[in-house]
Amino acid sequence: MSDHVHHNPADGPEVYFQYEDIDQQQESYVVGMWSFLATEVMFFGALFLIYTLYRWKFHDTFFLAHEQLNWKMGGVNTAVLLLSSVFVAFAVHFAQMGKWKIVNMFLAGTLLCAGGFLVIKTWEYGAKLDHKLFPNHSFTYADPNHHETDSFWETSLPKKLQPDKHHQEGNPENARLFFSIYFTMTGLHGLHVVIGIIAISSLMILIKIKSSLITDYVPVELVGLYWHFVDLVWIFLYPLFYLIPK
Amino acid sequence: MSSTVIESGTAEHPVSEKNYLNADHTLKSWLLTVDHKRIGILYLISVTFFFFIGAIAAAMIRYELTSPKGILLSSEVYNKTFSAHGIYMVFQFLVVAIPAVLGNFLIPIMIGARDMAFPRLNLLSWYMFMTGGTLITLSFILGGVDAGWTFYVPLSTLSETQISLCLVGIFITGFSSIFTAVNFIATIHKMRAPGMTWYRLPLFIWAHYATAVVVLLGTPVVAITLFLVVVERGFGFGIFSPELGGDPVLFQHLFWFYSHPAVYIMILPAFGIINELITCFSRRPIFGYRFIAYSSLAIAFLGFLVWGHHMFLSSQSAFQGIVFSLISWVLAIPSAIKVFNWTTTMYKGSIHFSTPMLYALGFMGLFLIGGLTGLYLASIDTDVHLTGTYFIVAHFHYVMVGGTILAYLGGIHFWFPKMFGRTYSEFWGRLSAMIVFIGFNLTFFPQFMLGYLGMPRRYHYYYFAPEWQFYHILSTAGSTVLGFGFLLPGIYLTYAVFKGKKSGPNPWGAKGLEWEHTASPPITENFAKPLLVTDNVYDYNPDEDSKMYEKEYEDDSMLGGVR
Repeated sequence: MSDHVHHNPADGPEVYFQYEDIDQQQESYVVGMWSFLATEVMFFGALFLIYTLYRWKFHDTFFLAHEQLNWKMGGVNTAVLLLSSVFVAFAVHFAQMGKWKIVNMFLAGTLLCAGGFLVIKTWEYGAKLDHKLFPNHSFTYADPNHHETDSFWETSLPKKLQPDKHHQEGNPENARLFFSIYFTMTGLHGLHVVIGIIAISSLMILIKIKSSLITDYVPVELVGLYWHFVDLVWIFLYPLFYLIPK
Repeated sequence: MSSTVIESGTAEHPVSEKNYLNADHTLKSWLLTVDHKRIGILYLISVTFFFFIGAIAAAMIRYELTSPKGILLSSEVYNKTFSAHGIYMVFQFLVVAIPAVLGNFLIPIMIGARDMAFPRLNLLSWYMFMTGGTLITLSFILGGVDAGWTFYVPLSTLSETQISLCLVGIFITGFSSIFTAVNFIATIHKMRAPGMTWYRLPLFIWAHYATAVVVLLGTPVVAITLFLVVVERGFGFGIFSPELGGDPVLFQHLFWFYSHPAVYIMILPAFGIINELITCFSRRPIFGYRFIAYSSLAIAFLGFLVWGHHMFLSSQSAFQGIVFSLISWVLAIPSAIKVFNWTTTMYKGSIHFSTPMLYALGFMGLFLIGGLTGLYLASIDTDVHLTGTYFIVAHFHYVMVGGTILAYLGGIHFWFPKMFGRTYSEFWGRLSAMIVFIGFNLTFFPQFMLGYLGMPRRYHYYYFAPEWQFYHILSTAGSTVLGFGFLLPGIYLTYAVFKGKKSGPNPWGAKGLEWEHTASPPITENFAKPLLVTDNVYDYNPDEDSKMYEKEYEDDSMLGGVR
């Protein structure tokens, strides 16, 4: 419908044919994005409800099982994501000022953090798989016949980031439930990070080639809103899974 | 609705002499269109297709039940048949039909916009809907699904049929609804013409706004729940499996947290249509505009608080049951407000029994029965007797079919001249409306009796009580009549699309931007010039309007009978 695009007299940003002016267009985009984020909140909300219920019901084993998680790596990941959100906030700021080169620099920083998050997550998942904590048919927990082996994903870490050794204790079935929820929630969150990486890279390419789709700051703001949401989900996941008190 | 055209400063808007239908004839122009009207037509064709698949399954069910011992299907095939009926009808027809067809077509026109806020997202929604529908169809081609449309665990996690594929399809269809809802909300908030305040919006828009909110907040919950079932089947994660420490009732809670509001996703847009039909064919302004507008929002809100009435017998505590029962009764109030207001709107009106009005009146009668029998099921003690019987089947068919489908058909008939610029045969229209009404009651009223006597739902035999055969045969006979009633509009409306008599922009003398300011069919940009809305909606006058309407259409068969 590019033939229906009409321009502002002052050579401002492009306005699509369905909108009267640029304000209406920008506000519509922002309303749409917030509506979508409301959906996302409910999407993860159901999982948080499931977690809360089972945590309340199987309190003891959930505490014992959570000690198998490496809170130090999770902490590093939290810092990495927070840093990425700061970068996004700067990117939006400079997009409003129209300094597109700086915007792309900050977006690149965000991408770096997002990639770093996934790498750290891989190390965490790898260790869980080695310890047979992925809740499929090979899951074993607190099994006296099962001999614990060292995992490459742990020994390769610097000393300070290696996990505290805890014996596997508690009801194996409930622990399996804990890891089911852990892998579902962090996995879905990871999927959102991957989608974010795709969105940010596309945005950077569009900015780089000076695409007609990017004429003002709103696309950066929308991607930014999404990225902050992804960050926020992790802010809840980290304490709920890694830091739960007895 | 009083409104003026803004004359100045807008000459740059491209205006085409052609309308949206003949703007371009290639298949590509349809499949890649971002025009909300064309997307509405694409949805019209696709939901009709899915409706017929669901209807064939229904016919097989009804044929099977004519004999106490079952005559056609094995238990396994019967399970797959009623699952197909439920899944196609709920996810691929009822939830989608009115918002995606009429909502897509009308919302921008009714509020004075050129298109939806996000036209490309709108097209993406249709493609996702078709992808979901294709995957569901594939799952039935590859062997079918036997867990019903509710997918209760542990049946759905243990069943060895194509459940995972089907659930992925439903998941994708769900996100198609979510994108449509995002579009509706942004459009209604930000795309209204100057002067189109919230209280000047047609109630059709209020109803769709409430629906969009429910879709936005409810659908993701069922999406994640069904996703967890897929994960459980695929990896052995045990979130709902009792043998792994999980809780199957939690599935029911999460499922009904969406699926009870989902019935309001089906019925709220139907309410929206009925407002437009009742005012137009009574030639009177709507009675209690704000009450109706707010009752839509009240239904959307309360609809999220009543899911527990599906689980009175599923390990829920008595106290929980009482609370859910109470809120379910409270929910009857906003629904009743609407029915009272429609009745009062007709009082001293100048009523014309045109085809859409017949559907609207049929809707009111059937919805009343459906709503009142809902109260039997919302009361714990009667529900203990009636749960899992044909009483429930009859109740929700009265609401979903008697409510949603009648309103949908009424809406299609009402806006048909706007969509295609042609009129259909009023004689066949009225006849089929009567056939649908009679066939519907004949099909589902006997099921209330059956349910009361104890016929369990989802059974394909009743050899233990052969005396029920009489009611089953009545019901099957009714469903044949009903099927005929649904087939007729398919025939004469299709005929009218190509050969019908040309209609003017406003054949009903109706109010609203879509009738007063657009051609039939509308041009691609909807309005030739921007509008300024200056007065309230539904400014009908029963005396003057009726005379004008009758005079103008004295010889026209569109005018519905003696009043």
